[in-house]
Amino acid sequence: MSARVRLWVFLVGAAGFAVLFAVACFGLPAFGTVHHPYGVRAVHASLSHHTANVIASVNFDLRAFDTLGEETILFSAVLGTVVLLRQARDEHRKDPEPAVVHPRVRRFALLMLPLALLVGLYVIAHGQVSPGGGFQGGVVAATALHLLYIAADYRALERVRPLTLYEIGEAAGEVAYVITGLAAVLAGSAFLANVLPFGTFATLSSGGTVPVLNAAVGLEVVSGVVVLLARFLDQAVEIEEPDDGSPRGAGNSGDDEDNGDDEDDERERA
Amino acid sequence: MTDVLIVVALLLVAGAATAAVLNRDPVRQAPVLSFLGLALALLFTFLQAPDVALSQLAVGSAVTPLMILLTVRKVRRRPGGRRRRGQAGGP
Amino acid sequence: MTVLPYLVAGWIFLIGVYGLVTSRDLIHAVGCLAVTQSSTYVLLLAVGYRNGGTAPVFADAPTDSRVVDPVVQALALTDIVVGATVTALLLALVVQLRKRHGTVDPDALSELKG
Repeated sequence: MSARVRLWVFLVGAAGFAVLFAVACFGLPAFGTVHHPYGVRAVHASLSHHTANVIASVNFDLRAFDTLGEETILFSAVLGTVVLLRQARDEHRKDPEPAVVHPRVRRFALLMLPLALLVGLYVIAHGQVSPGGGFQGGVVAATALHLLYIAADYRALERVRPLTLYEIGEAAGEVAYVITGLAAVLAGSAFLANVLPFGTFATLSSGGTVPVLNAAVGLEVVSGVVVLLARFLDQAVEIEEPDDGSPRGAGNSGDDEDNGDDEDDERERA
Repeated sequence: MTDVLIVVALLLVAGAATAAVLNRDPVRQAPVLSFLGLALALLFTFLQAPDVALSQLAVGSAVTPLMILLTVRKVRRRPGGRRRRGQAGGP
Repeated sequence: MTVLPYLVAGWIFLIGVYGLVTSRDLIHAVGCLAVTQSSTYVLLLAVGYRNGGTAPVFADAPTDSRVVDPVVQALALTDIVVGATVTALLLALVVQLRKRHGTVDPDALSELKG
């Protein structure tokens, strides 16, 4: 299909979608409506299980089985990425050259690293009490580790990041979730039912199985994101494609400049 | 007051999304995506969804743009690789 | 105001798909997919908003206070993180494509097949 035909097909489809969607919008309950039947029931169920953060309760108690599905997507996506980005036989590894880091940047990054890591872990641990949980805190903690890449260089990051451990951690997170579910079956209830004592409202030990499942997800997300970023960093920084014999000539100087920019951007983003 | 904030955030999100799509060069797209993540996090905060905002802030403004930039770097690093079409000239 | 958030969600979806359709670079296309995906979050949270409601967290609020709908927030929350890993998977596919076929232009890829 040529680009022009494709654009026309899109325009026709988009026009149809726009009209139908706009009509549907006027059929939806108005923005900010007071009537939320599901919300009210979820809040009631959450409070009856002593979970202060209703969202954590929905994710890890009411819809715990759905979250197992989500977690499995996450697990398979990370697995697929690891398989796709592994080092091929015809590629070789080249140690990246140590980069010069401005001392002020280094101090700031080293100061922020434990802080960000702590925030991430705090957010995971307090999922059942305050906004946060395994999904959000996991991403924060995993990105925090990568401040080391900004503070020092890639080799320093590799030293504090035993990748195998994180790969095991990812699988362990997934397994822990299933085991918690099966434990409920052994206790004579349904798969992933909330069988633990609900504890005192708005404390760390409240919510029954919510903190347990939350921790399992946290472990999986931390490990998953670290593994993902490690694979991408490996590909971008270390793994060299087989040299096809064409020397890097004047025509490639533009590419080199681009690469320099990318690196700067990465460091800003991270 | 909240309504005004929500409307501003909504327009910011719509603008950032449009800019992210219209920036054809991934190197330029990544920072815009990062800004979109920030704008979405702001909108979610105004919509009383701190959990979602936190998630969006970490993922949308850090992890996704970072992975896009790393992919660009990998793809353009190849020795003797030619530059792609439709890409703006070097900076 | 009553439909603006829904319309914005629709706009983000359309502009994202437009980017996907016209993209000449698969990395850019993955970015557009991330944009398209964010439209669902805006729609879900807009549906769940309640005028004058606070966040559905009762740690330091009375249990009878008016809160926004937690169900849609839970849906959006997990999807954001899972969506990021799926984005990673797609980017990994792009890296592989570049290795095997030497291009990230979708049109050039379909030309390869003849």
